[in-house]
Amino acid sequence: MNHKNKIMMLLSSAALAVFAVLQAGQVVAAGAAGADKPLMLAEVSAANIFNRNLKKQKNPNAPPWEDGIHDTTNEATFNLQPPLEAYKGLPKTSFGNHVDWVKALDQGLIKPRWDRLDSNEEPFVMDLDIVRPVKASVPDVVFPHRQHTEWLFCSNCHPAIFIPQKGANQINMSAILLGKKCGVCHGKVSFPIETKTCKKCHSKPKPADWKPPLSEATLKNPWK
Amino acid sequence: MALKNERDFAFKSLLLGVLLTLGLMGVSQQSKAEYADVVINNYADAAGMRPAVFPHWFHRIRFRCKVCHADLGFKFKAGGNKITMAKIIDGQFCGACHNGEVAWSVENCAMCHSGIPGTPTHFHGSTLQRLVAPAYKPLDAKKASKK
Repeated sequence: MNHKNKIMMLLSSAALAVFAVLQAGQVVAAGAAGADKPLMLAEVSAANIFNRNLKKQKNPNAPPWEDGIHDTTNEATFNLQPPLEAYKGLPKTSFGNHVDWVKALDQGLIKPRWDRLDSNEEPFVMDLDIVRPVKASVPDVVFPHRQHTEWLFCSNCHPAIFIPQKGANQINMSAILLGKKCGVCHGKVSFPIETKTCKKCHSKPKPADWKPPLSEATLKNPWK
Repeated sequence: MALKNERDFAFKSLLLGVLLTLGLMGVSQQSKAEYADVVINNYADAAGMRPAVFPHWFHRIRFRCKVCHADLGFKFKAGGNKITMAKIIDGQFCGACHNGEVAWSVENCAMCHSGIPGTPTHFHGSTLQRLVAPAYKPLDAKKASKK
């Protein structure tokens, strides 16, 4: 084998590696493992990588055949509509489906049916805001019935999830994160629970004279 | 002798390239399905079918939540509706629309049953799923694959 061939071989393997990097979209401490060692890229010291709990979504709105849950050996997978094709022209957000569904509906960009068969039937919209004071220092919650009744019927939430009575519903973020109360939808289908979305619910600033209540332990044993 | 070494080198560099390609492709196979896609695998695997994948995003462009979750009686729970093909051909659940009249009919098996076999029932991209280990990668399975 001459020198030229050797260079060609090197180039071809380099090209393969570049292709691999493009495929992955990320390089995780690749390391040139020998042929005798299996490459275990994702597993090695996964506990010590930077921001290991910050899982950034790569390539959002991937088409079905690239999304990791559809079987690519299934021919029909390739007949499914890619989300981005459907989202063209819809208002964007930076979470969930990356589409502002409420805005899209308000602007008439999508016209989802209220009735299974009748496309002319209009929803029964109730415009009533419920203000829920919050113990913690975050802004108080304003629950808008309007946006919810555009999509849902009263019986979807009342009385199974929320008792329609003032003061009857104890809600906290732990319950919501675990899929109860608002978390039945939020964090699953409607906008997710992320730092970016806190203020969508916690939207009413506290009164100017508001101070965080002192904890009982502090009251009993004041800190000096 | 020199010739053999050169061949060796060429072979090794090619092998390394192939390995890198395969390895990085493996890394890229993380799940990045659309928010609110539901994999339903109550019975599918056991019946020798791929699990069904339900895309919320596709359906909400066409219907408000109320149609399925109030009128058709879908509970707000992934896998909680115990949907079977018998119910669907009787016009219940998906069958209320997927009957060849409102939407395409059930003979398009693979359009719904398009999930990767063995994927458990789960809600893709849910906040809970992001807090805890992903439901579709149980720790036991990961351990087993290492052996």
